[in-house]
Parts: sequence; C-alpha cells; structure tokens
Amino acid sequence: MSSSNPLRDPADRRLPRIAGPSGLVIFGVTGDLSRKKLMPAVYDLANRGLLPPGFSLVGFARREWANEDFAQEVHDAVKEHARTPFREEVWQQLIQGMRFVQGTFDDDDAFERLRDTIGELDKAQGTGGNFAFYLSVPPSAFPVVIQQLKKHGLADQTGGSWRRAVIEKPFGHDLRSAEDLNATVEEVFSPDQVFRIDHYLGKETVQNILALRFANQMFEPIWNRSYVDHVQITMAEDIGIGGRAGYYDGIGAARDVIQNHLLQLMALTAMEEPSSFDADALAAEKTKVLGAVRLPADLGANTVRGQYAEGWQGGEKAVGYLQEDGIDAQSKTDTYAAIKVEVDNRRWAGVPFYLRTGKRLGRRVTEIAVVFQRAPHSPFDHTATEELGQNAIVFRVQPDEGITVRFGSKVPGTSMEIRDVSMDFAYGESFTESSPEAYERLILDVLLGDSNLFPRTEEVELSWKILDPIEEYWDKHGRPAQYPAGTWGPVEADQMLERDGRSWRRP
Amino acid sequence: MKTDLTDTTASKINKALVQARRAIGTPAVGMVLTLVIVTDEENAYDALKAANDASREHPSRTLVVIKRVSRTPRDRTKSRLDAEVRVGADAGAGETVVLRLYGEVSDHAQSVVLPLLLPDAPVVVWWSVDAPRDPAGDPLGALGQRRVTDSYTAEKPVEELKARAESYEPGDTDLAWARITPWRSMLAAALDQVDCEVVSVEVAGEEANPSVELLAMWLADRLHVHVRRAVSAGPGLTQVRLETTGGPITLHRSDGAMATLALPGQPDRAVALKRRETSELLAEELRRLDPDDTYASALRFGVDRLGGIQSASQRPEAATWTPGELPVRPVQDSAAAPAGKPVPADGTAGDGDASRPTPAHMPPVKKADPQ
Repeated sequence: MSSSNPLRDPADRRLPRIAGPSGLVIFGVTGDLSRKKLMPAVYDLANRGLLPPGFSLVGFARREWANEDFAQEVHDAVKEHARTPFREEVWQQLIQGMRFVQGTFDDDDAFERLRDTIGELDKAQGTGGNFAFYLSVPPSAFPVVIQQLKKHGLADQTGGSWRRAVIEKPFGHDLRSAEDLNATVEEVFSPDQVFRIDHYLGKETVQNILALRFANQMFEPIWNRSYVDHVQITMAEDIGIGGRAGYYDGIGAARDVIQNHLLQLMALTAMEEPSSFDADALAAEKTKVLGAVRLPADLGANTVRGQYAEGWQGGEKAVGYLQEDGIDAQSKTDTYAAIKVEVDNRRWAGVPFYLRTGKRLGRRVTEIAVVFQRAPHSPFDHTATEELGQNAIVFRVQPDEGITVRFGSKVPGTSMEIRDVSMDFAYGESFTESSPEAYERLILDVLLGDSNLFPRTEEVELSWKILDPIEEYWDKHGRPAQYPAGTWGPVEADQMLERDGRSWRRP
Repeated sequence: MKTDLTDTTASKINKALVQARRAIGTPAVGMVLTLVIVTDEENAYDALKAANDASREHPSRTLVVIKRVSRTPRDRTKSRLDAEVRVGADAGAGETVVLRLYGEVSDHAQSVVLPLLLPDAPVVVWWSVDAPRDPAGDPLGALGQRRVTDSYTAEKPVEELKARAESYEPGDTDLAWARITPWRSMLAAALDQVDCEVVSVEVAGEEANPSVELLAMWLADRLHVHVRRAVSAGPGLTQVRLETTGGPITLHRSDGAMATLALPGQPDRAVALKRRETSELLAEELRRLDPDDTYASALRFGVDRLGGIQSASQRPEAATWTPGELPVRPVQDSAAAPAGKPVPADGTAGDGDASRPTPAHMPPVKKADPQ
C-alpha cells in the first residue's frame, strides 16, 4: 500500500482497514475447518467491506470439482455458518474470484495448474501476485506442500508482491519436531511471511486482556505477587475425541492445548507492558515471560494427567477414552492435563500458575482466573466472613465472552454477614454483534501482513521447552489417572492443589 | 415488558424502569450509552425500529422524544408528559422510553430527558427529522457528546449542509456522511492500488442528495483538485470518476447495490456497495463517539466551492423527473417550500469554468470559517 494516498488519514477512523489486492489459497479446502470457519470468515469479511475488490479464493483438494461445484460448496458453507446475513450482491462480488484446483499434494501438474490459476487471477481480478497459502492439512502433509510451493515457484515474491504461508497447529509434537517444521517452512518463506494461527489469540476477550491490563489504571497496581495469590487457566471441552482418534492418540491434551493456547494465554496474562502495540514489541514481552517460566522440581507432585473413563456427560452416556474406536486399550495418551508452573521474575516470583485442560469435562469453557490474596486483616469476626472466598478477576474466553469480578459484599439484614458476589461484564451484552469471529480477524491480519496476533517461531520453541520435560517425565512414570466423563477431572488434580492449600475454581 | 404512564414525571419513569428490570430479572445493566431520538409522531416508528436494530450492537437506553402538536390554544397552555417504558424483548438489547410531550413541556424536553440519562455513559442525540439549525446550541443537543442529524431528510439538503458547516461543533455528525463510508473506503482502496496523481474528479448522483455533495467535498478537501458535481437520475450516488496521471479511475453504481471499479491497466471488478439501512448507519455512527474531524474538514470545504452543479431548472428533462423514494421534495419545487427563495442562476458561486452551468440553487452564502 502506498503511504502517500491522500485519501488515507489516520484521523479518519470510519474508514476500515481494507486489505490490498490479494487472494487466499486454501489447501485441504474440503475439510471441516475450511467449511465451518474459513469460508464463512471470508464471506463475513467481504460482507463487512473489508476485502479488496477482486479478492480471490482458490480451493485446492483431491475432489473432482469444477469451479462451479466449489462455488456451490462455499455458498452452502456460508449460508450455514456465516455470522452475518447472506447478501446476494456480496456473494456476486466474491464468486467472480473463486477457483478450484483439483489434485493431490504430490501432483506436479496440479501445482502447475495452481500457478496458472494464480496468473490468470492476477490478470482477471487484479490480485497483483499477492497470495496467502492457508495450509489446512494434516501435519504429515506440511513438508510436501511447502516443498511443492517452492518447487513450482509459488512462494517467490516478485516485484513488490507478497506470498505468505498460514499454518495451523500442531506446530510439531516436541521441540525437535517443531524446529524441523520451522526449518522446513522458513526455508521457503521468510519468517515474517509465516503466520501461525492460534485462533484463541483472535478472540476479542483475549485481546481484551491487554486492553484491560494496560489501558486501565485500576488493575495494574495489583497485578503482581504482592496481591495475586495464584492464577488458574482452564480450557475444558465437554466432547470426547470424536472421530479424531488417529490424530489425537499419542499427542494428548497437553501437546494439543497447553503447549499453544494455554501458554499463550498465560503469556498475555503475565507479561510486562510492551513498549508499543506492534508485533515486535508484543513478541518481545511474550518471549520474555515464556523464557522465565520455571517448572517445579517435583514433576510427579505438580503435574497430573488423566483419561476420561465411562460416565454420564450432560445427560448422555459417554464411553471411556480407552473404549473409543481406534484407540489402543493400552494407550497412555492424556485427555486431561494439569500442570503447575512459576514465572521467575520480580513481578511473579512465588505465584503459581495452574494450567489445566481436558476433554469430557463438566462443560465447555475457557477462562483465566486471577485469584487474589485474602485481606491481610479483617475487622469483621470470623463468623461474618465465613462464606467469603478470595477475590478474583475472571476472563471468560468462551463461551459467553466477558469478565467477572468476584468480591465480598454484605448480605442484607441486621447481622453483619459477608458473602461473595459477582460483577459481570458480558461482551454479548455490551457489544453484541460487532464481535467478529476469531478467524475473520486473523485472516484479515494475514492479508494486511499484521502479525500482532500470531505466535512466532521463538514462542513456539520456548513453549516446547516448557512442555518437553513434563512429557518425558510422564513417558517414564506411571499411567494417566482415570476420571469419569462429565466431571471436573481426576481427584489427583484436586489433591495437587490441596497440597498447596488451594482448590480449583468450578468454571 | 411494557409499562404505560400517563401524565407522569421523570422520577416516576425512573421508578418504572427499575421495577421493569427487576420484574424480568436483570437488575444489572450493561448498557453503553443513552440515545436520545428527537422525532415526530410520523417518523417515530421508523426511527425507533432503526434504533432497536442498532441496539444489538450498542445496547443502549433509548429515549424517544415526541413533541405533540396541540391544536387549540387551550391545549397549548396545558402541559402533559406521557411515557411508555419498554424493557426486555420489547426494546431490542436495552431499554426504551417513549416520551410524548404535550403543551408547554414540549419546549422544555431537556428537563424530562436529563434525569433519565444513564450515569457516566455517553449521550447521543439523533434528530431523525427537523434537526435544529444549531444542534450544539439546542437544549437537547447540549446534553449530548454526539449530535446526529440527517441532511438527507431536510427540505433543502444543500442549504442544510451550509447551515451545518456554519454551526459545526465537534461532535456533530450527519447520517448523509455515514452513507458514503463504503464509497470512501473503496475509493481509498482504489488509490492504494495505483501509483499516480489525481488531476480532477467528477462525482455524480441524484439531485437533492447531500451525500453526493459530501463525497465531492471530501474528495476536494483531501485531493486539492477541482471536483465537479454532476447530476444523474440516481439512485443515490452513481459514479465517481478520478482523472489521474495514469488514466481514469471510475467507481460506477447504477442499481444501488453492485458497483464496478475500473482502474487503469487493471481488469474491471465488481464490488458490493449496497445502500444501507438506517439502523446500519446509526450503528456506524454509534461506534465512535469522538469528534469526526474528517467530516468537519470536508463540510467546511464548502458546498459552493464545488464546480459545475447543473441546476434542475436549467435542464428541461429534470422538470418532469421526480426522485423515486426520496422523502424530500425536488429542489425545483422551491416556490412551494416554506423557506424557499427562488434564486436566479446568477453564476456567482463555484469555481467551475465559465462555460459550465453554475449552481442556481446555491446563492452566495457566507463561506464557512476555514478553521
């Protein structure tokens, strides 16, 4: 974009950030993610007027489709899953730039056709050679696709145009494989053109952590070891592994969720104020925090893993993990993981961060709870404050995005009795419909080349450095604890906090 | 939930609001602003509907102020306030109070509105019709951080724009300006894609549509080139043509929905530029509550510095043309307009070249103070 455009003015805040001429190529376009998230997000962006005229969407998959079949598929996906109402004229604008390329990932002809398609789009739609390649493919196909892109010159940026790679988790399964993967990708795309999607970072509440912490005066003074007792970060799912046995077995909850989502959430909660809100400054602070994470010496006492056993989940009978189709009855894969870590810096020394995630838990919820210390002195007698818990600020990431503040309040009546109450800020109430889907925001950021919300290579590698020792310990010691489906995890996890004189919140 | 209060006061209305909220079980409120809609009985329904739709994005307390006309001198001396309190499903995502003012109290609407404003939250005043000449000076307008008018609904939109420029205070804004945001963003995106300088501009759109003038003024203000305003049959804006050193850039929309963007050396592209509903405009307006400096700057450029507005009376075909869905009277009907003063085509306004017809309906008015 030319910076000298006289029609652009930073003071003119009505004008949205529209991506420059560009297109998006989706590999694995027939997959679930593509249908439920990516296609609707592209439409929603177009509907909000945020895509450039001539924006093009290219699907690449094995299926025998013509362009029209592809357009029909996108049409159906959009109608079913888009956030904003369907509008014919927006659809007409989008459909002109839709193409489908049929082929497998090792098919040289298909990649030649893809290159021709991109060339044709540059002419017909004026995309200017700017394309992002979204790799919605299984990890094993990553290297193949990346190499094919290189081989057929699809990753070459010529004459001021850009080519970007968008990759989804998992970013490897340990430090070694993550480094290999990064090397593979960065051999073809320069690091600043690689966008790793962690869709949690595209969520409004997560971005709001930074707004809440750094735009306000009332929270930051207490955001440290002098006032915070501990932090709990929870991501719970009520579903089992579903049809993902092949992917999930051997990976487990810790690798699937803690390594990326929970450690990113923790970094945002614990990091120092960045000097500015640009990508470099944010990454620098997140990297510092992740680098300062220390694991407890006794991993056995401070980590717990579990597997869901048969049970009742929300009124439905659920089978245990080991009984799921395609799972080895001897599998040691964790479907629940809870770990305690500390951040070794002046702000957080001695404050434990408890991270937990699991499948088939009580309900689907993701939240960050910052739990404060009790008041050092209470003028009220013991009976008055019997029901008073610890103050807490809870970021509810999903569902029902918002923030809850818990504090004690007098119960109406003649006696002095103090009990916990919640004060609530709900996104759904204060800014209902403008809250975009995470993928909308992230796709737009990719097209704009804005990497604020994408974890970088160093962050991914640091996260593995945190998790690898735990996984190694688990490999050598014991088996996952069993917990009935539909509960909040194994008793061992409760005992782990009890030893510290704390307890898990029921989210 | 709906509560009717007849011959009431602001404090009784407040009480009714608290009661209604308790009754439906949501004592805490997360509303972000108070929207005061000033309207008449005729337009109240549409305005409230738009506000309720917009409230899904901006939960608000909506106060609709309807001043009722008293038909007899006896009625005029009496003073009465009726209110209708709606909370919950009847009020979008927020709460609504419809206030009907009879007699003397209708001249003191601010005394009713002031106690009903949400504590601490910003106040937006929107005149859906009949905006005062000086919104910031109006007693109701003075309560708001943001004052939304709509010159599109004015009898003489171009006159209205001049009045707006004269009385502009930070916080003023116009729905006619919000209407052109998609055009502005598309034009800005178009200029992002080419590397050349704009030499001159022509903006075409239906007559009596102030959005056309506002877009033209914005372009003139930003580009510092000659901008000509041309008249077309509409609907709304129809074309913007930027003559650049690299060839013409045109953005053309004939059906009010799909537009074509043509850039030099690039294929034509279809872009969706649908005319938007009032609720969408209002939602956009409520998104930012700080002064809109870009609007101020465009407005202050001055309508009469635009070149080549062909007046309707000089075009024979225009005499029979009536704007399709416009709620306003065509300009050529000015004799019938209350404030109308037929102006001869004196050609003093505008800096268009002499051969071009100059605005007939734009008498030389005091130019807006440039800053």
